[in-house]
Amino acid sequence: MPGDAPALELRGITKRFGSLVANDAIDFELRRGEIHALLGENGAGKSTLMNVLYGLHQPDGGEIMLGGEPVRIDAPRRAIALGIGMVHQHFMLVPVMTVAENLVLGTEPRQPSGLLDFKTAAARTRELSEQYGLAVRAEAKVEDLGVGAQQRVEILRALFRGAKVLVLDEPTAVLTAQEAQDLFRVLRALTEDGTSIVFISHKLNEVLDIADRVTVLRRGKKIDTVPTEGATERSLATLMVGRDVLLQVDKPEHTPGEPVLELRDLRVIDDRGLPAVRGVNLQVRAGEIVGLAGVDANGQSELIEAITGLRTPESGAVVVDGRDVTGRGPREMIDAGVGHIAEDRHRRGLVLEFDLAENIGLHEYRRPGVSRWGWLSPKTLADRARGLLREYDVRGGEVDTLASSLSGGNQQKCVVAREISANPKVLIAAQPTRGLDVGAIEFVHRRLVEERDKGRAILLVSLELEEIRSLSDRALVIYEGEIVADLDPSASEEDFGVAMTGGGRGQVAA
Amino acid sequence: MSAEPDDARPVTVAGRLSTYLRGGGIITPLITVLFAFFIGGLVVLATGGNPFETYKAIFDGTGFNWFFPWISEEDRIIAELNLQQTLLVTTPLILTGLAVAFAFRCGLFNIGGQGQYLVGTYLAVWAGSSFESMPALLHVVVTIIAACLGGAAWGAIAGLLKATAGAHEVISTIMLNWIAVWTGAFLFGLGGPLQSDTNTSVPVSNDIVEGAKLPVFWGDPLLQGLHVGLFIALAALLVFWVLLNRTRTGFEVRAVGFNPEAARAAGISVGRNYVLVMAVCGLFAGLAGSLDVLGWQFRVATNDIAISELGFLGIAVALLGRNTATGVLFSALFFGALVTGTSVRNLDPAVFEPALAVNLTGIIQGLVVLLVSADILVVYVWRLRSKLRRGAAPPAGVPV
Repeated sequence: MPGDAPALELRGITKRFGSLVANDAIDFELRRGEIHALLGENGAGKSTLMNVLYGLHQPDGGEIMLGGEPVRIDAPRRAIALGIGMVHQHFMLVPVMTVAENLVLGTEPRQPSGLLDFKTAAARTRELSEQYGLAVRAEAKVEDLGVGAQQRVEILRALFRGAKVLVLDEPTAVLTAQEAQDLFRVLRALTEDGTSIVFISHKLNEVLDIADRVTVLRRGKKIDTVPTEGATERSLATLMVGRDVLLQVDKPEHTPGEPVLELRDLRVIDDRGLPAVRGVNLQVRAGEIVGLAGVDANGQSELIEAITGLRTPESGAVVVDGRDVTGRGPREMIDAGVGHIAEDRHRRGLVLEFDLAENIGLHEYRRPGVSRWGWLSPKTLADRARGLLREYDVRGGEVDTLASSLSGGNQQKCVVAREISANPKVLIAAQPTRGLDVGAIEFVHRRLVEERDKGRAILLVSLELEEIRSLSDRALVIYEGEIVADLDPSASEEDFGVAMTGGGRGQVAA
Repeated sequence: MSAEPDDARPVTVAGRLSTYLRGGGIITPLITVLFAFFIGGLVVLATGGNPFETYKAIFDGTGFNWFFPWISEEDRIIAELNLQQTLLVTTPLILTGLAVAFAFRCGLFNIGGQGQYLVGTYLAVWAGSSFESMPALLHVVVTIIAACLGGAAWGAIAGLLKATAGAHEVISTIMLNWIAVWTGAFLFGLGGPLQSDTNTSVPVSNDIVEGAKLPVFWGDPLLQGLHVGLFIALAALLVFWVLLNRTRTGFEVRAVGFNPEAARAAGISVGRNYVLVMAVCGLFAGLAGSLDVLGWQFRVATNDIAISELGFLGIAVALLGRNTATGVLFSALFFGALVTGTSVRNLDPAVFEPALAVNLTGIIQGLVVLLVSADILVVYVWRLRSKLRRGAAPPAGVPV
């Protein structure tokens, strides 16, 4: 039963990364013995908030209170010492070691001789396993365990270190439905012992199932904290995607032409070997912006990678302008007319140590007009880039400025300039305005609409529902790798929200 | 979809190292050298020598005093010989330095310069001692090409392993080094397939044909004068620079070196560039081997293989020279001078114990390589300082 004094309190936590405010004066309160869900999309700030709690980041403002006392947490070691345990999405276990060895890692019991005392470690493991009802075998090697069992080991390890506050980051992402239910049973048992739990998720049905209260974050700010009793998926969805400042875009009517991009029953496997895209059919016609809405990690990245050649699909077809280009590499996709504004401009969009001329010429450098007999003159690249920098109003540098010196908005304009000037048949715009200021956002939006009017086919993949709704001619919603809705962009946020979070289907990742 | 914020590029140790390895700059190398000499001087002091006199003697040993117009005629003759020696060592160092620098620019760590160099010497001595009736110029060209191809193939193996199986080039190149060493011991050992036909009791190769020797342009050919290979090495510096900065391939190599993911997304084949870069590096090192064999060694003995370290010195050369063409040039000159200046032949035993002199070189070399990371050490210590300051007052009652 939730007690009265809060086990953990975050007051006014603010965290900035450069000009981006990841957490904006967030208040969060965790009562003793409760399960409190933290809801929001990636970019909402929940990961950052928990990293602050765990000592991986230092807050720029605000304070942390444990049991009523203010504390300074400057490293995970301190967090662990204070009784805060974190179970990450990506397990931090040593595969070749046994469960018992993993459990005592860092705090190994020693025999009087100084040698490691494995017997005690194994005994402690069994003790804890029984005490908390988490079935694990002390002598089993972690690499031989299934994912559900590995997660139990992670939880056990946190408890072994004396965690009274347990933070679980998207714990059901890798579990089957049955394993998720087992986990929930364990969590409820833990709270009866007085452990308080923070449960990070974006799956509404689970949150309603397991949590006592929910705090919703959006764009770094806390929106609200509500009890799950009386809440519905719809009400939570509204909080999550909510009403933002509407950036109105002038969008004249336009008649689309023939389909330029077709995906037929596309299936793509992700890095973990799990199906990320499960039979997607979609079409983007010339002169049309198709928006793909969805909560993060529902297969969008893998879908984009399949279209741009960065990942080979398991089955299905990718057809560009009538040509089947399924499974071809990035070079062939680019040559086939696929443009890609990457969602992570630092990782995939730009070479930050290159100057603007080189970045803008990242595809063109090998074209006959720019390089002959293998020779590539910087002057040619610079001349090409100069005009583009002007046209796209890139500020903060000249053709010989390093890309790293530019602001995010101007960096993105370079990427957009490069991709559009290559005259692609279909343009994949993934999160094109992420991290940009209002002026840059407006510019990119206007540019996308202009390209649409010129007859380009554009697939807009975004986590910002407002962006989808204001730019798209048609809006699709992806959930767990499938297209679950084809909505008119003017449909209500609630309708979108429900589709984006499973539409009441109540399924857990299988 | 990552939520990594725009301006959050943390100053991590690894991040700084990678920027360092691909950058230029002259201040840090200068400070590194000065600091290395300072500590070397302390070592000299500790062994009972006089650091200033020792360093002056080393300097005279390098032959750089040849440039001073005020030295005596007698000294000038010795200085001339010394300078030729220095440049003789600088020649292969430029190339083995390039062999490492080029790889670094692509984000690869080529430790295999030694093996690639050796393979070059084997092919050079084989081709150079065969084809006796070939006209001189043709013979030299054929031999050099053979050595380059051999070195390139040796490097390409590691590149291929990385591109296809993801094998880390540090491991594979080190292993290939050893394979090259023992192959040579076999080839030129007693009874080995390439062992001398005339000198059957010594594990040495045949001598190269007179016509295959590189012409000496300064000094007496009989006294190991300076051969034209120096110009070939200088030309290689130019090729390195042009390749990296004025060609399509160089563009791709640099892109892959800075950001393989973005390069891949832009349609550049990362694997193909790895193979190509390692091949080019092997070519440089193999070329070094051929210039040494054709320029002054004229034969390969198993003893030479065992004590050879030009390939490894190339790593220090590249690190100090910060992987640029000019940097490698001056760095190679520096190390060439160091090796020559401290050699037993050149150092006045009255000033410094000759047996220790060679080790002094080793110490300074090692210090230079160690201090290459000085840049990162400074960052680390600075962050440590601010951490200590912040953590000064831990909360009461909390076990640390």
